[in-house]
Amino acid sequence: MSWVNAVVQGILLGGLYALVAAGLSLVFGVMRIVNLAHGVLAVLAAFGAYVLGDTLGLHPFLALLVVVPVMAAVGYGLQRGLLNRALGGGELAPLLVTFGLAIVLQNALLEAFSADSRRLDVGDLGTASIRLGDGLAIGVFPLLAAVVGVLVIAAIGQFLARTATGRAMRATSDDRDAAALMGIDGRHLYAVATAIALATVAIAGVFLGARSTFDPSAGGTTLIFAFEAVVIGGLGSLWGTLLGGVVLGVAQALGAAVDPAYGVLAGHVVFLVVLATRPRGLLPSAVTA
Amino acid sequence: MTPLLEVDEVDVFYGDVQALFGLTVTVAQGETLAVIGANGGGKSTLLKTVAGVLRPARGDVRLQGTSLRGVPAHRRVGRGIAMSPEGRRLFPSLTVEENLLVGAHSGRPGPWGLARVYELFPLVSERRARPAANLSGGEQQAVAIGRALMANPELLLLDEVSLGLAPVVVGQLYAALPTITEQGTTVLVVEQDVHQALAVADRVQCLLEGRTVLEGPAASVDMAALSAAYFGVSA
Repeated sequence: MSWVNAVVQGILLGGLYALVAAGLSLVFGVMRIVNLAHGVLAVLAAFGAYVLGDTLGLHPFLALLVVVPVMAAVGYGLQRGLLNRALGGGELAPLLVTFGLAIVLQNALLEAFSADSRRLDVGDLGTASIRLGDGLAIGVFPLLAAVVGVLVIAAIGQFLARTATGRAMRATSDDRDAAALMGIDGRHLYAVATAIALATVAIAGVFLGARSTFDPSAGGTTLIFAFEAVVIGGLGSLWGTLLGGVVLGVAQALGAAVDPAYGVLAGHVVFLVVLATRPRGLLPSAVTA
Repeated sequence: MTPLLEVDEVDVFYGDVQALFGLTVTVAQGETLAVIGANGGGKSTLLKTVAGVLRPARGDVRLQGTSLRGVPAHRRVGRGIAMSPEGRRLFPSLTVEENLLVGAHSGRPGPWGLARVYELFPLVSERRARPAANLSGGEQQAVAIGRALMANPELLLLDEVSLGLAPVVVGQLYAALPTITEQGTTVLVVEQDVHQALAVADRVQCLLEGRTVLEGPAASVDMAALSAAYFGVSA
């Protein structure tokens, strides 16, 4: 029963990883940038919710009503003010700029909040569970995180498939110069994509901060898990990212079932195996990068 | 009356290489102008300059008397300039219909919509649900023209419609042109196929190495002079 349990917990964990990775996947799919500040931005959102809880007594989920739009606005400004310029400087420039941004943000958080570990308090929800059978129970909070992960991925997918802005985004991803000839302002559209990505990162950050403790340096691990989920699933494919998150989550849970010390390691090993055998991921995006 | 488009003594460079030398092109409202010339003559450069992809180092481009200086390509669509670019440049991951809808992104009102474009190119209508990557060259060109029409342009720029296509297919595509101009749309077409250009245009202008070497009404142009101008040999 413990193996079944491990797989079930792993799937739920995978949903959370997919939630974290959704924005990374979107940004990569639309403009071929790997945002190395993605993890720190999730931590920034968690601190945002923490401050709102600390000062106004807001429940973390209520704090989302503030944190999500603020992070979306930050995303829009970040893309217009910084990343769009970096895009003009070749493939390496956006990578270096987001790397630098990650360092700056992490140290700013360290200055503001010290290195103490924090946790967002979601009350009874954090410990509530549903019993599914003998020795098998799933936590309500992990389930909620996984459901939100699937919903966010589905929502981004529907947005890209069905709305005029989503269509323009796919067109710009295919051929930015041709899209400009159709009247599409690539700078604005990229900024909208980053705004959506950071809105999802805000949700992810709050769930991460409520699931376990976090501190300003937590961004690195967050980024690595998100990046692994995106690569395992296939770069630029949203449903691939969900699958990648689940594969990573199950690998970690099974590894941890063998020995708690092997959890994270098992995830990295699966990532390396996928990278070595299927470098384009499990569900490669239909359009080649 | 102010011409619809005035390209006024423009110099255009690709990096250090000058492509257009004080070139002047004027297109009247409702007119179809064919710009012809050999490779490297500056035809596509001219269209890119009008569309706003390239910026002239000197001179000006005016639409209905208003300078387009500093107006980026994506805003010129809203002003009424739409282009079917060289090499079609369809969005391969989008379906045919989505490609057309992207063409309408600027939201300019006018006679053209999905239904009218499908009426104009019935074959495109049959392929509407297919990814644009899975079309023949002629079908892709039809979609590219339809996509430009979806912007309801005052001025339609057609770049090398015939490139890489069988003559019969080229003929079918150009057969759609009268329906387009009937709507009052002004057309600036760049073409290597001189006979096709002469057949559809009111006026022709021949470029050689970034300068005009000959221009005149398409109906009365002297073929010997044109051939000399095209190849740059003195008649």
